[in-house]
Amino acid sequence: MIAAQTGVLARRNLLHIRSDPQQLIAMTVQPLMFLLLFVYVFGGAISGSTRGYLQFVLPGLLVQGIGFGTTMTAVGLNADFQHGLIDRFRSLPMARTSVIAGRVLADLVRTGWSTFIITAVAAGLGFRFHGGVAGAVGAVVLVLALGVGMCWLMAFLGVALRSAESVQAAGFMLIMPLTFASSVLVPAASMPGWLQAFVRVNPISIFAGAMRGLMLGGPVATPVLQSAAWILGLCVVFGSLTVLLYRRRA
Amino acid sequence: MTEPALRAVQLAKSFGHTRVLDRLDLEVDAGTIYGLLGPNGAGKTTAVKILATLLRPDAGHAFVLGNDVVRRAAQVRSLIGLTGQYAAVDDLISARENLYLIGRLVGQRRTAARARATELLEAFGLGDAAGIAVKEYSGGMRRRLDLAISLVGRPAVLFLDEPTTGLDLVSRNEVWDMIRDLAADGTTVLLTTQYLEEADRLAGRIMVIDRGMTVAEGTARELKGRAGGEVLEVQPLRSDDMSAAVRALSGLTGAGQPAVDGEMLTLHVPDEDLVSAAARKLDTAGIGVRHLAVRLPSLDEAFLAITGHRAAADESGLVAAPAAAVPAGAGQ
Repeated sequence: MIAAQTGVLARRNLLHIRSDPQQLIAMTVQPLMFLLLFVYVFGGAISGSTRGYLQFVLPGLLVQGIGFGTTMTAVGLNADFQHGLIDRFRSLPMARTSVIAGRVLADLVRTGWSTFIITAVAAGLGFRFHGGVAGAVGAVVLVLALGVGMCWLMAFLGVALRSAESVQAAGFMLIMPLTFASSVLVPAASMPGWLQAFVRVNPISIFAGAMRGLMLGGPVATPVLQSAAWILGLCVVFGSLTVLLYRRRA
Repeated sequence: MTEPALRAVQLAKSFGHTRVLDRLDLEVDAGTIYGLLGPNGAGKTTAVKILATLLRPDAGHAFVLGNDVVRRAAQVRSLIGLTGQYAAVDDLISARENLYLIGRLVGQRRTAARARATELLEAFGLGDAAGIAVKEYSGGMRRRLDLAISLVGRPAVLFLDEPTTGLDLVSRNEVWDMIRDLAADGTTVLLTTQYLEEADRLAGRIMVIDRGMTVAEGTARELKGRAGGEVLEVQPLRSDDMSAAVRALSGLTGAGQPAVDGEMLTLHVPDEDLVSAAARKLDTAGIGVRHLAVRLPSLDEAFLAITGHRAAADESGLVAAPAAAVPAGAGQ
């Protein structure tokens, strides 16, 4: 029952792409733009060659892409509240959680698409996997799991905040500093000490480290375990907070 | 005695310090249209939201076909349909997809949901535009779709929260016809409105509420009687004739006192015979008339006649209440 309802709602959320092409741009063009800008603007300065930087930056960019991509969860859920759709759903004899689960499932498909398109283009530009098949599969699993965790965080923002503007702003203010003050774009060694301390504990750095290990070959055990713990924490904490708040919000 | 389709007993709800519902009682017989009439902020939407299980009452009880809306919320949800003030439809998918979505969510199988969608699209005259994204629809089409969506699960009780607000006359009449058809098929309808005319045209019984309390309750005829009947409007051809018109109509037995507002004279006429009597009086006095019309009293006029004071919970009343204490959506 819940599974069927979740599926129908996920399908509905994905159908939105058809009449709102901006969503397709957000999940396709924007992540590609990030990839090309970072690699060709900063690559030479940071790594000495754009090819070398592409190897360094792609695993982290996939993490950053999840961060920006999942803001759609917050925005979409908030819009459903604003338009009275949530009231309509709540007046139906259906499982209440399937509204949020449907949103998360749809956005997992969206971020999966973004991840695929960035990776495919990066491969065309010369990115090479050195982690073997197991590493590649692990990277895909980790990215999707991270997508689920981030979706719950964003779902919380979407339910907790009232206006669409504050949801947009909160998503941006959260993801922008977290992904930039991390080891995604630049190795932490060049940063001032206090910032290095933050970058080291920043979960985005941990995710990026795990992705590098899986995609490029290197230490994976510790960063992957830490990532898994963070993702589990995101799901449990924000999953329950979101459901609690959703039930309460009139 | 059979259980009424809707029953509310001493229903109370506050948002912060603002009391929105103040021990409201309500009874609606099955298969009838019931009008809940009141100004903005009177508590109409809050009452509907409680009956539709979207809000919990602070005190009191409410029942839909005998089911407590708090304790048996799931059963209640399978019995009701809800159309909100704003058309709660998904703009980014088509009408057919909207209907199919709701059908699947209420547990219909794929083929059943598809068939029900087609049926409703035809019934509501949306067949031609069924595949177009709803954002391209006119206001009237959206409202019809909204109504159709609330009928997907074949509800026994339908809540219509200001179903024609913001619609042009043609669309409004279409929606009215649809509501009448539903009631004729046995659906119980609870309708909220700010317009006495709408309640008069549709509802068998009407409750007037203000500040969450019942002001008056009865059939449309009873309420119109209490509101001083219909209103006759007279505009003399020459504005000099106004005082003569007032004098001519002052002595009309059974009618109210004429009131003058600018170039318009208004007179309460509890009895329809008084209209032709008034016309004769004007003719005898030799007063030419530019405009002569009979209309229902406005909600303001009805309030004034029934209660002796103006409605409290109008726009200015809302401003006077501490706005910060009212959570967003509380006033709807």
